[in-house]
Amino acid sequence: MATVKVNINGMDVQAEEGMTIYEVAQSLGIYIPTLCYHPDLSTFGGCRVCMVEANGEEVTACRAPIKDGMVIKTDTENVSQMRLINVELILTNHDQDCQSCARNNNCKLQEVSAFVGVTPERMQRLRRVITNEVKDISNPIFQRDFAKCIVCGICVRTCEEINGIAAIDFGFRGYKTTISTLGDKPILESKCESCGECVERCPTGALVVKGQVIPEREVKTVCAYCGVGCGLILGVRGSRVVSVRGDRENPVNNGHLCIKGRYGFDFLNHPERLKTPLVRKGGVLTEASWEEALSLVAAKIKEYRDNFGPDALAALASARCTNEDNYLLQKLFRSLGTNNIDHCARL
Amino acid sequence: MHEAFVSLRAEAIRKWEERQQSTIPRILVGSATCGCATGALDVITAIEQKLQETGIKAHIQQVGCIGMCYAEVLVDIIKPGRPRISYKNMTPETVAELLEDYLLNDNPRPDLALAVIGEGEVEGIPNLADEPVFKSQQRIVLKNCGHIDPESIEDYMAQDGYMGLVKALQMQPQEIVDIVTKSELRGRGGAGFPAGRKWNSCLRAAGDQKYVICNADEGDPGAFMDRSVQEGDPHALIEGMTIAGYAIGASKGYIYVRAEYPLAVVRLKKAIEQAKEKNLLGENILGSGFSFDLEIFQGAGAFVCGESTALVMSIEGKRGMPRPLPRPRTTEAGLWNKPTLLNNVKTFAYVPQIIHKGADWFTSTGTEGCRGTAVFALTGKIKRSGLIEVPMGIELGKIIHEIGGGVLNDRKFKAVQTGGPSGGCLPESKLNLPVDFDTLVEAGSMMGSGGMVVLDETTCMVDVARYFLQFTLEESCGQCVPCRLGTLQMLEILNEICAGKGREGDIELLVELGKSIIASSICGLGKSAPNPVLSTINYFRDEYEAHIKDRACPALVCKDLIKYSIDVEKCSGCGLCRKNCPTEAITGGKKEPHVIDQVKCTKCGICYDVCPDRFRAVACFTGKEKAAV
Amino acid sequence: MKADTFFIIGSNTTETHPVIGYRIRKAIKEGASLIVADPRRIELAEHADVFLQLRPGTNEALLNGMLNVVINEGLYDRDFIRERTEGFDEVAAAIQKYTPEYVAQITGVPAEAIRKAARLYAGAKNAAILYTMGVTQHTSGTSTVFAIANLAMATGNVGKPYAGVNPLRGQNNVQGACDMGGLPTVFTGYQPVASPEIRKKFEEAWGVTLNPDPGLTITEMMNAALDGRVKMLYVMGENPALTEANLQHTREALEKVDFLVVQDIFLTETAAMADVVLPAAAFAEKDGTFVNTERRVQLIRKAVPAPGSARSDWQILQELAQKIGLNWQYGGTAEIFAEMASLTPSYAGISHERLEREGGLQWPCPSPDHPGTPYLHSQNFTRGKGLFNVVEYTPAAEQTDPEYPLVLTTGRNLYHYHTGTMTHRSKGIEAQSPEELAQVSFEDAARLGIRDGDVVKLCSRRGELETRVRVTDMVPPGVVFMTFHHASAPVNILTNDQVDPVAKIPELKVCAVKMEKVVS
Repeated sequence: MATVKVNINGMDVQAEEGMTIYEVAQSLGIYIPTLCYHPDLSTFGGCRVCMVEANGEEVTACRAPIKDGMVIKTDTENVSQMRLINVELILTNHDQDCQSCARNNNCKLQEVSAFVGVTPERMQRLRRVITNEVKDISNPIFQRDFAKCIVCGICVRTCEEINGIAAIDFGFRGYKTTISTLGDKPILESKCESCGECVERCPTGALVVKGQVIPEREVKTVCAYCGVGCGLILGVRGSRVVSVRGDRENPVNNGHLCIKGRYGFDFLNHPERLKTPLVRKGGVLTEASWEEALSLVAAKIKEYRDNFGPDALAALASARCTNEDNYLLQKLFRSLGTNNIDHCARL
Repeated sequence: MHEAFVSLRAEAIRKWEERQQSTIPRILVGSATCGCATGALDVITAIEQKLQETGIKAHIQQVGCIGMCYAEVLVDIIKPGRPRISYKNMTPETVAELLEDYLLNDNPRPDLALAVIGEGEVEGIPNLADEPVFKSQQRIVLKNCGHIDPESIEDYMAQDGYMGLVKALQMQPQEIVDIVTKSELRGRGGAGFPAGRKWNSCLRAAGDQKYVICNADEGDPGAFMDRSVQEGDPHALIEGMTIAGYAIGASKGYIYVRAEYPLAVVRLKKAIEQAKEKNLLGENILGSGFSFDLEIFQGAGAFVCGESTALVMSIEGKRGMPRPLPRPRTTEAGLWNKPTLLNNVKTFAYVPQIIHKGADWFTSTGTEGCRGTAVFALTGKIKRSGLIEVPMGIELGKIIHEIGGGVLNDRKFKAVQTGGPSGGCLPESKLNLPVDFDTLVEAGSMMGSGGMVVLDETTCMVDVARYFLQFTLEESCGQCVPCRLGTLQMLEILNEICAGKGREGDIELLVELGKSIIASSICGLGKSAPNPVLSTINYFRDEYEAHIKDRACPALVCKDLIKYSIDVEKCSGCGLCRKNCPTEAITGGKKEPHVIDQVKCTKCGICYDVCPDRFRAVACFTGKEKAAV
Repeated sequence: MKADTFFIIGSNTTETHPVIGYRIRKAIKEGASLIVADPRRIELAEHADVFLQLRPGTNEALLNGMLNVVINEGLYDRDFIRERTEGFDEVAAAIQKYTPEYVAQITGVPAEAIRKAARLYAGAKNAAILYTMGVTQHTSGTSTVFAIANLAMATGNVGKPYAGVNPLRGQNNVQGACDMGGLPTVFTGYQPVASPEIRKKFEEAWGVTLNPDPGLTITEMMNAALDGRVKMLYVMGENPALTEANLQHTREALEKVDFLVVQDIFLTETAAMADVVLPAAAFAEKDGTFVNTERRVQLIRKAVPAPGSARSDWQILQELAQKIGLNWQYGGTAEIFAEMASLTPSYAGISHERLEREGGLQWPCPSPDHPGTPYLHSQNFTRGKGLFNVVEYTPAAEQTDPEYPLVLTTGRNLYHYHTGTMTHRSKGIEAQSPEELAQVSFEDAARLGIRDGDVVKLCSRRGELETRVRVTDMVPPGVVFMTFHHASAPVNILTNDQVDPVAKIPELKVCAVKMEKVVS
């Protein structure tokens, strides 16, 4: 890849040909505000907030490739004015009850508004025009709040480019433009697979998990469902797992997950979880101590082995348990003298 | 190749001549969409009936639109040995009368006639060429409209049709592109991009598959130039596109036409079939080895699909959204990412004649920098509305006062809006400007695809700006913030101004927003959406100020700012206003002065209209009780 | 994924392995070709260049038909066959009778589609075959896998990146459970129990004497339990009372066994039958490793404590071993893993410490400096030369007849996982698929007077159940599809427990049933 020279905000730098202005700026630690850009996705260029001046012309930094000798200014008066007005326009059409919003403090619109310098004085000149107050709560996992949607299209591109199902697209025209399913049906009746990739990427509170709980710490692990082995990051609050996100560093899934991996963790805290050993007494499974339960099992194992030979014993290992668990199970039963060990690999 | 065409053409001319020499009268009825809307089909039925009743033999022929909408339904009669006389505003009744008088009794009825078309004289009827409506016009694109049967390829061929194609097929593609370049033809879609440059870039683009697309997605309110060409002379478009296909090396073309133009679709389909039948389209055209196929693609009514990249997406089956810059040129990566030549209907329709008659012929019309003619749909408060074709550079005032005959009801001219929702309003002081792409843009408007709406003193300029803005904001594709929300914000402000709720600083805010929308929108739609507002602020700022500061609408249009009342002194209590008031807002006893209940009044103005002139008791007020009109 | 052609057979990838499904859809959007063979019009069929909608149980015939085209049209890879394989000529001869026309009669797939698929697959630069249980859960499962291997070897699509034969493993650690010797015939890393040297190695390491005779498979265990040979069954994290074919039979066996111990996180259908139930920690509550479908060993980490007094499975096993009298003193999972790796050549280079530092590693990884092995057979097959096996089409064990006129086939959906032990207890997921909806074709529904949402009774020779139906064009006439996710409609009551003679996998994908509407 050839390198080209560009001048950005007075600094001469070298960058790889083919990079966009945005990517170059980012690599230099120069912040350019944007609302519709996402590093995982193709560029869109709709928010018009990442405008910069390149060779005297205003261009969108997210789409414009650098050219040799290009002179880039990321903070001219024109550019700042345009960014400010475009962000103000979004805010006129945005439910601004930030405190009660699930995305509070993690919101791209808040971040960008602060950067471009939105002030109450300027906002007062403008008229509030909420064009879409619909809330789609059909999906049991996440909700869509259109009063907070900035129509950046990140969810549309995510569904098309990450999941590949394209359950949503832009719908309607003009200021009524919104994100719609086929036939504008509730999302639950669409092709949506509830993978949550769009919810993960939504820059505002338009797509949020219902009853979201913010974790206090995170733990890296691997998904316990199918054989793909996606990397997970569990969010923990107290002693409960409260969220899951994809591990972007894991090469298996690059952070992508499906509905089960991302949302199938409630079972951990389910009240029906077994919490104590049970021993059948008088035909009924009754709570018992570990000592009692394990002593009984040990005694029974020895009894059957001694009376009927080791092949009277059989064990099922598990495709769900760890290698270490399975290793010990087969070691235990083989040590007892039987090879009657199998599991449901065939199912 | 030549031989085959020569005999086709000879046959077509023979038939045409035969018809001119016809021993029975010919009746031409303008039955494009405009004619049909005015009742052309009923007129045709009436003609048929009359002919049957009287036993007169005559040949009826449907033709396209000649452009004189104010005179529709137009019926032309050519009696053997007599000139062609055009009759205006025909109804089933008057046409029956006319047929009896003229065909049976040889009274040409000058009272019903509009003009004589072509050579010859008839007493009491002027010649169209000498009429103000026509004498400054010059017809190139519209030359066949209203003269030939658009459903007959032979009619077209008798007018030198397909001569351009035949000539082109004997040339090298580069030669054709050079002629187009030399003709200085600029694209008629609105932006006026040099066609030759586009063709050249497409010719040079690498690719085994290329496409030609005709943008017939004419969406400006009040504009119907492209429709008229498609309905009145479809073969000109087909021939132009075929020449383009040969010139750039494309084997496939699409005509992207509005689904709201059903007659255009029917006529184009018929024309394509006929051209294929005669081997002027399709496989191995006239044995040249060049094949070209044309397909009609009907748009679903999105205005933004007139934008070239959105149009391409629409044909590809996607949501039509303009692709943001930077993006590859359509000429290099257009439809299905293949090199694509996209031009407007009129641009293609010029091409056959340019090739046939040469570049110099074309450059002899118009001005330096803007060659050829301009087609306008002249509408609004104008006496002679219709479709006109004038040489580039004609004075704006001439169009309005001479061709258009001046303002309707002899009211005072206020402004002319050009360029559709993307254009702007020009005041009286700009009527001396020459009409071309660049001058209008400098003046804050644009030629656009050719809409021209005349506004008089009864038009509120704030309201007009609001109307056009409303149109664009509803038609925005919605992808970029300035266009989606900026225009909405401007509309909200205009709504408040018109409702008497404007604030100090709103005019400056509108200008600030407008400039930012122009600077930061993705496509031409957004970049021109504020034009109607900015140009009216520029030329009619006092009207905005009156709305905001005085809460007054000087044109008495904005209902929230006007008030009707009855002068007690003048009212005789005739009761006409009370009887006609749709909301029962007027009360008063017989012979007693009447009163308007302002709460019930919807400001429809009927009381004002019906109050007899001898009393003139109803008055309209605006602002700080300032009387007006 | 950079394969330019995918051949997906017997795998509803987008629902069962969604994240792999994302990659396939993406590859297709970027220009890759796709061949799908499935009895159902699965979602991927909509993206396919060729969709082969075959009758359930006719995989072998279809694959033989494709190989017939590859051979007879000269589309095979001569160099690869000569250098890397043996037995090609026998297969080439045997395949002659499987003309596309003959195969069309068996499979119901048009001959032209078979030709098109064969040409597309053979013409690809890198063609990857993906399959799952739609291939293996047949009495002909093993020979179908041979047929797949024949096709892949004949076209040279093995032993290079982005190609190969890729069985997608259905469960998070099914690969690991096999690798760890959770099988009756092998120790860890597929080291045979029958081998004296191997046995000796383990005996020395474990300090015990080991049994040289292979043990029983799960199906055999159930039979042995029924006839009293197996007295005690120890089940760790499995739910055979819902997963096994011909459930009636399995449940009887579980009843019959003298002493049943179940170690699990919930009181599953199997645990409910147990004499002792031991509460285990779930994946988020313990440390250890899983092995994914590409043999990638990855660390899992304890995030939260297990509820109540529940313990990690390994801790339970260690304590039990100690009570039996074995002197096990593992301080943690890393130590267990280290012992296992020291006895398992393909794992020898892997350790928890290395996984922590480097992330997942794909075995074989014979030494600590080995980077792992992303794809197998690049130079040699396990046995040296790749062996072509003659495969003859054998019909499914159970065929339809006038009494049982419909074919029932089974699988999973996107929302649930296996018997739903976890997903039924995850609110948002359960709400999207709260009950079984057996898929029935419009034609069969019309014939039987069944409408979408009706409840039907399905009967096979082994049992019957009631379920609600979804009338859909996903299944062709004559075929009914059910998942095994819902205990309220336990499909394995109906399925056939005839097994593949080699792999001992039951024929869950084909059995004959009848269906009637339940009038409420």
